[in-house]
Amino acid sequence: MRHIISILLENEPGALSRVVGLFSQRNFNIETLNVAPTEEPSLSRLTVTTEGDDRVIEQITKHLNKLIDVVKLVDLTEGNHIERELMLVKVKALGASRDEVKRTVDIFRAQIVDVTPSVYTVQITGDAGKLDAFIQAMAPIGILEVARTGVSGISRGDKILGL
Amino acid sequence: MELLSGADMIARFLQDEGVERIYGYPGGAALHIYDALFRQDKVKHILVRHEQAATHAADGYARASGKPGTVLVTSGPGATNAVTGIATAYMDSIPMVVLCGQVASHLIGEDAFQETDIVGVTRPIVKHSFAIKHPSEIPEVLKKAYYLAATGRPGPVVVDIPKDMTAPTERYEYVYPKKVKIRSYNPVTRGHSGQIKKAVDMMLKARRPVFYTGGGIVTSGASESLTALVKRLGFPITTTLMGIGSYPQTDGQSLSWLGMHGSYEANMAMHHADLIIAIGARFDDRVTNNTSKFCPTAKIVHVDIDPSSISKTVRADVPIVGPADSVINEMISLLQGREMANAEALPEWWSTIDGWRAEREGKLYEPSQPGERLKPQEVVEAVYHITRGEAYVTTDVGQHQMFAAQYYKFDKPNRWITSGGLGTMGFGFPAAMGIKQNFPDDVVVCFTGEGSFQMMMQELSTCKQFGTGVKIINLNNGTLGMVRQWQDLNYKSRHAHSYVESLPDFQKLIDAYGFTALKVERHDELDAALERTFADNDELVFLDIDVDPREHVYPMQVPLGAMRDMLLSKTERT
Repeated sequence: MRHIISILLENEPGALSRVVGLFSQRNFNIETLNVAPTEEPSLSRLTVTTEGDDRVIEQITKHLNKLIDVVKLVDLTEGNHIERELMLVKVKALGASRDEVKRTVDIFRAQIVDVTPSVYTVQITGDAGKLDAFIQAMAPIGILEVARTGVSGISRGDKILGL
Repeated sequence: MELLSGADMIARFLQDEGVERIYGYPGGAALHIYDALFRQDKVKHILVRHEQAATHAADGYARASGKPGTVLVTSGPGATNAVTGIATAYMDSIPMVVLCGQVASHLIGEDAFQETDIVGVTRPIVKHSFAIKHPSEIPEVLKKAYYLAATGRPGPVVVDIPKDMTAPTERYEYVYPKKVKIRSYNPVTRGHSGQIKKAVDMMLKARRPVFYTGGGIVTSGASESLTALVKRLGFPITTTLMGIGSYPQTDGQSLSWLGMHGSYEANMAMHHADLIIAIGARFDDRVTNNTSKFCPTAKIVHVDIDPSSISKTVRADVPIVGPADSVINEMISLLQGREMANAEALPEWWSTIDGWRAEREGKLYEPSQPGERLKPQEVVEAVYHITRGEAYVTTDVGQHQMFAAQYYKFDKPNRWITSGGLGTMGFGFPAAMGIKQNFPDDVVVCFTGEGSFQMMMQELSTCKQFGTGVKIINLNNGTLGMVRQWQDLNYKSRHAHSYVESLPDFQKLIDAYGFTALKVERHDELDAALERTFADNDELVFLDIDVDPREHVYPMQVPLGAMRDMLLSKTERT
């Protein structure tokens, strides 16, 4: 099963490489990885999506917790959560397909953020499934380039991942 | 207020931390630190002849004393030479602080002379690492390093120190930090009471229980409380290779150690047990054999300070995260006034075990006759007797290591010093050196083989410099015995590169360093040679013993089998 693990990490040089290194060293798998500073300057928040049965996920969270640079973590998929990813896509927009692209963008509630005579650059946010569906819909028209941020997420309700 | 340079801070910190000896080798990036060490005399520096030996010597000291070992090396090759020793300590959870010189900050990343990203290189084999960014943070970072190395599940910590951080001209305020806090690091101090109660209830109901305990008992100093618990219950106990000595092996409840070359009765007891109480052990593959066939009828209680060790390879029924000592003491107090539910079951269990003991009696090797080459097992037994079981014993890796573990009996913890997890050839001699220098009044024996010894034999020079009287017992079979054994069993005796052609004349080699070397070729020469070897505790003696190269280590678990599937000799299989 796919899990989304969010980690509060010391904002120290080398901290990220310890997390990433752990996955390759222990033969765990990373599907997406997203990392950025938080409101607290000493902390980064890192979100990783990974695939594995309960035993593997248990090992992943235990080993992550063992890293000295990991302050706290949560497996978001254990409870209700919001999952978002942002994607920028360049699509061919020529002739008749120019309208078709625009219609599909509207259906997906995406936005066109840059325009040239032959190319639309589309910005879309949503869960990974929605982004995959958009790529599928656009594929016949012609996708030129895709840039995805990787999944970020947060728990629903009052639950907080903080110090 | 005291102003010190970074280098002086390091020397001063080591004094304040109570570090008596450090093991190291100088080089460009570490020279400011070496100069600071030169200008003080409290911390003694032992100059090794290869950085790997520095790590093994510090490691040996740490295993024998329970305190962190300290290593100082220079950047680049100095640091990379230390890598094997860091990995060795990591695999066996040994507390160690490794101070590495580094090129000056402004050169980092420019492929400067003797530059290596040692924090990157060692990342998977350290508990944690630090890179010094400003000289003023040296005292706090070093305190954190020692704190991390020694607490929780111990391990090696690397501190990378760019040369400009130790420059003699830049001085900053020095205060010894008595305590440090790391917000993300809070090792547990006690186990979950509800889980401990559950475990105790299971122990009282068990019919075929067995304790299976590991290096965690040695590390946490829980040997006495473990012994009290095992005595109180009357259960059999087996330890891992790392746990040898944490329960007295000469006691009747001890089944000796378990696993691939563990005792027949220990492996049989594990396989047939209905309750396994694992404490400070990690169900390593050399213990469990095939995990899908592992101990089919047993419930498992698993106590460990490291949650990631629990249910890693074998699912625990009652996981308890906590330090061995405190959990065991809580078990003892919960047992007060309580009785076994099936009092008749335990004597039956013991008679089954005694049956297994009788079954293997005399099967594992055939003694040699006077005039013949000795069997390696006999040599270990003889050394055990002449040292009255009280020596610190280090080993290298291979057949001799297994024989030493099988035939030397340990009644105390911290005496059996071996590279269990990583299996590092070359470990034994420098480790023995490190122990002897810190415990000069004790007898320190290194069992080695002619293969392993040659990996670190340059340390003879260090022993000469510091007058270190270790006893080296070279079980010389002229072949890489364990490799050969596997080739005999799995490759139709095709001995690919497992024989050592052109061995040196060890007598001349040892003589070149000014030490005594003795040679034993036959059975009847052994006793006199041992008398001579152990006559003077301050003298390094190298005892080169020709042993039978055809000997295999038995019992041996059959790969991919269950705990009970063993070879007892070349012809007998369970």
